[in-house]
Amino acid sequence: MNLEEIKSEIETNVPGCRLEIIPNGSPSGQHSLLVDADHAFAAAAYLRDAPNRQFDYCSNATGIDWPIKEVSTKVKTKKIVDGVEKDVDEVVKTQTGGYLEVVYHLFSVELRQGPLVLRMRTEDRAERIHLPSLTPLWRSAEYQEREIFDLYGVMFDGHPDLRRLLMWEGFEDHPMRRDYVDPDDYEYEPTAHDEVLKRAQAHVAAEGGR
Amino acid sequence: MSVLTDTPIDLTPDLPNDRSEGQLLEVSMGPQHPSTHGVFRMDVTLDGEKVVKLKPVFGYLHRNHEKIAENESYLGCMPYTDRLDYICSITNNWAYALAVETLAGIQVPERAEYLRVITGELTRLQNHAGLVGFLMQDMGASGTPLMYAFREREKVLDLFEALTGARMMCNYMRFGGCRVDVPSGWLQAAQKVIDGFPKFLDEFESLLMSNEILMARTQGVGVVTREQAINAGISGPMARASGVNYDLRKVDKYGIYDRFSFRVPLGEHGDVYDRYMLRVLEMRESIEILKQAMRDLPAGPIMDPNTKIRGFRPKAGEAYGRIEGPKGELGFYLISDGSPNPYRFRVRPPSLINLTLLEDMCLGQNVADIVIILGSVDIVLGEVDR
Repeated sequence: MNLEEIKSEIETNVPGCRLEIIPNGSPSGQHSLLVDADHAFAAAAYLRDAPNRQFDYCSNATGIDWPIKEVSTKVKTKKIVDGVEKDVDEVVKTQTGGYLEVVYHLFSVELRQGPLVLRMRTEDRAERIHLPSLTPLWRSAEYQEREIFDLYGVMFDGHPDLRRLLMWEGFEDHPMRRDYVDPDDYEYEPTAHDEVLKRAQAHVAAEGGR
Repeated sequence: MSVLTDTPIDLTPDLPNDRSEGQLLEVSMGPQHPSTHGVFRMDVTLDGEKVVKLKPVFGYLHRNHEKIAENESYLGCMPYTDRLDYICSITNNWAYALAVETLAGIQVPERAEYLRVITGELTRLQNHAGLVGFLMQDMGASGTPLMYAFREREKVLDLFEALTGARMMCNYMRFGGCRVDVPSGWLQAAQKVIDGFPKFLDEFESLLMSNEILMARTQGVGVVTREQAINAGISGPMARASGVNYDLRKVDKYGIYDRFSFRVPLGEHGDVYDRYMLRVLEMRESIEILKQAMRDLPAGPIMDPNTKIRGFRPKAGEAYGRIEGPKGELGFYLISDGSPNPYRFRVRPPSLINLTLLEDMCLGQNVADIVIILGSVDIVLGEVDR
């Protein structure tokens, strides 16, 4: 499987799609394809339906949190100090991260190919956290995207049923984020039974309070 | 900082409830219900006996395994994987070890590969034996078939105890090999269990396979088509019961599975009966693999000498490793940033993803069939909720 070929195929078939190959430094050699959020759905639909690709099986979907990180690198530059040219080490600070990432591992059951690693990134970690949902294409993403929403806080547009999966309703944070702080009081964990009980009580009262 | 959905979420939305249309009944099955195989809950809406709506509710056993692993060393994550699917700890170890080996490019010695196949297939045997027993129990065959199955499972657990020191939390594998070699006399004991297993299967089949009640309760119930199964990411025996020819032991040929000859059973109808039958057939194939592996087991080291498992720091990068677990495709996705603990540690849980179609399978069925359909999916809540 050649990522370059897949990239150019998507670029010709999905006009305007911006793709980037993210190299992977480990011996696994599983390089990935970063796709922009606006065209991600069309690109994924192409990968699923193109007869020579047929990525019909979305095995794994998961989130990653990349908070803003300052990386300082030393760069040698030439500077004129006291009229003499000298090599000086300069520390250049660059910022990386500052986004949430969603990763999909696609396989083809028909052609027995894979994995194709597809990535999407949000614009930041607080407000612009919307990404297109791929659940309409692969039903297997349904619970996994709910889990990413629950634990990382990515909003999937177009998901049929975006609710928390593992934490309870009313829980307010996203525990898998790197800057998550545990609450120091574990007082009361509501259960969804409460809602049912409340309605049962209302029903009993309406029937004459027996 | 918090992000909430725009619309408030209603877990059990109001359905038409006036009596002219017939009354609908909301039943909360679980979390403390013996047939949910753990702490799992389903919000079921019933019209008489028929299921008109079913929403699974997860999270009762959520420990955030992935967060714990981010603060652990690579070696320290290994015992935690036992607690995912606590019935099949050895295959969980294998999947994690395989992911780390893919991440760091580690070679596994021959003998360790054989030991992995032997223990992994024994795990599959005891998982499937337990499952068919539980399924009969769910169907109301109270006690006896389950005890027959557990009698066999117990023999395999005794082997695990002799090998690893623990019956269920085995913690047997390491990236680069296995933790301990077999003690003296273990191989003979294992051979005895393997040779005796077909007798149990014959007995089980002659007692139950053509049982009228079993067929009436399971045939045509909870049907999943091939297209549905692939699209919903169903894997393992459940996918193969729907006719998806996708067994990772044949597709990926991880480890040394290309050296063994075995067949992949496939179902035709995708109903509960096929899923049940498929597990029985898979046990027979596992026995074939075990016989070949026991015959060819070579001598040699069981750990890769170049791998330092303590203070292990793989190069920055990422890897996805997956195996054919007894429940389906068990995958681990690891990201390393060069530090001693994984930056990201993701478990791809087959139990959770196989539940995606639970509502589709149950709609229109009787409430008693929910229990059987759920039983045929084969879930362990330690893995569903992690």
